[in-house]
Amino acid sequence: MNIVFPNRILPYLLLAPSILLVLIFFLYPAVQSVDLSLYLVNRVRDVKVYVGMENFQRLFESDAYLNSLQVTGLFTLTVVVSALVISLALAVGASQPIRGFGVYRTLLIWTYALSPAIAGVIWALLTDPAIGVLTEVLESFGIAFNWRRSNTDALLFVAMAATWKILGYDILFFLAGLKNIPRDVLEAAAIDGAGAWLRFRRMVLPLLRPTILFLVIMNTLYASFETFGLIDITTQGGPGRATDLLIYRLYLDGFRSSSRIGLASAQSIVLLLMVATLTIIQYRFISRRTFYQ
Amino acid sequence: MSAVTASTTTTRTGLREGELRHRLYPIVMHAIMLTAVLLVTFPLIYAIILSTQSGALGSLRPGPALLDNVQRAWDSAKMGLLMRNTLIVALAVAIGKIILSLLGAFALIYFRVRFGGLIMALVMLTHLLPLPVRIVPTYELLTEFGWVDTFWGLTIPFFASATGLLLFQQFFRTVPTDLADAARVDGAGPFRFLVSILIPVSRTNIGALFLIEFVYMWNQYLWPLLVANSDSTRQVQIGIKQLVASDAVIEWGVVMAGSMMVIIPPLVVLLTLQRSLMTGLTGATEDL
Repeated sequence: MNIVFPNRILPYLLLAPSILLVLIFFLYPAVQSVDLSLYLVNRVRDVKVYVGMENFQRLFESDAYLNSLQVTGLFTLTVVVSALVISLALAVGASQPIRGFGVYRTLLIWTYALSPAIAGVIWALLTDPAIGVLTEVLESFGIAFNWRRSNTDALLFVAMAATWKILGYDILFFLAGLKNIPRDVLEAAAIDGAGAWLRFRRMVLPLLRPTILFLVIMNTLYASFETFGLIDITTQGGPGRATDLLIYRLYLDGFRSSSRIGLASAQSIVLLLMVATLTIIQYRFISRRTFYQ
Repeated sequence: MSAVTASTTTTRTGLREGELRHRLYPIVMHAIMLTAVLLVTFPLIYAIILSTQSGALGSLRPGPALLDNVQRAWDSAKMGLLMRNTLIVALAVAIGKIILSLLGAFALIYFRVRFGGLIMALVMLTHLLPLPVRIVPTYELLTEFGWVDTFWGLTIPFFASATGLLLFQQFFRTVPTDLADAARVDGAGPFRFLVSILIPVSRTNIGALFLIEFVYMWNQYLWPLLVANSDSTRQVQIGIKQLVASDAVIEWGVVMAGSMMVIIPPLVVLLTLQRSLMTGLTGATEDL
């Protein structure tokens, strides 16, 4: 082991700020969330009544919430699948040992620096009914695309913007994963007559399994939580409730209404259970790899 | 074996075909990758073109209005001030997290800590509890502290970092123990060792963590929307929202000029530190 310094109290002092921050800003509010989810709260009238599991019951009987669950599921699935497929293809392409390919690696990861909100604004521009270049292209194919009117188009629109933004992150991790695959193993297989597709299916893909699983989990968390800005700056959950993701519903109930605090807290607890499931899968299958936000 | 015989017995034409394929391959791949890069980057290029236009919008030809659009974004949403506010928050959190996780990992690896596993588990809990899971009570806590609309409220709740603690812990385990032993024999105290040996050898990981946290904080949206409502604390992403919502008809030139301004700082950080992140991700310790 590395233990070298004999100080007894110093290590606890070094750890104290981190421990305090976790207790105050993570553990205490989480416990409060559980507590609040059992009450009916009205901020304006300053009322707090114990109602037990009633918030959860109301939640799963509410059309708005069931809709949000469905929309979030569909949206997350679309984003995770398309982002992983596109970024894996691009990363495999960019990691070919060809002179000058280093440039592509840089040019493909830049969307990592982009925020979901700005990605949303840029895609709103591309699909603007009057001046959007993508609207024009789609029109020339006879497709009328309008996310302000059509529910399907709206969900497709936010999914495209969200996928585009996360490509940089996914490509970065795929490039790192591909770099860890020893070149000589692939070359040996090539000499033995294994074609490019076979090498990809039988060697690259299995060796990338930890990276893929890691990205599935990170992209699921991204699609369900980090896309709040994208929704708020473009569709605001609409048209109707077509893009009303769970995180947006939580915001509306928790902060845009004075009487739904308990309901919002119940939503938090449902999210907690989802995150817990993902985290357990993460630890179970990919040991203790760090999360990168 | 069979493959080798096959290649040596190829006919003359077959060999030429192989050679041709060998020469064409890089060219075809370059063409494919160039197209892919253009497709991925096109939305940004279009946004940049739009930021130079006013009046007749939507053509692919750059217009003369870039400076005017920047000026208007700067004036109507106070983008200059918001960039300063966001820079303060992003730098404070990135640096704060790096310091706290360096100290924490140092304590866990180089000292005898009772309940070290328990402390680690506590910090790892943060993974289970992203903001949405505790958002209402955390906001109420901020109200009690009087931290709404302050830089404290925008930064302190983000300071704890399981990512950083894990990253440095894993890295410190790979640092040769003789380094620490030698330092102790030389009479160097723990802080001398941390500052003059451990931090310098950790610079790749520090760079990677700085990149991750800076970009993460620069792009925050939900928390600043709730917490920072005055000009003196408002964050850039919310500024963009104001640009979008300020008029009945969106002024695309101004919105895009503002957005392009906002993208620059995280992009510069990414380009500067991407090597560190890449090295950190591939788990190499080539700095030692």
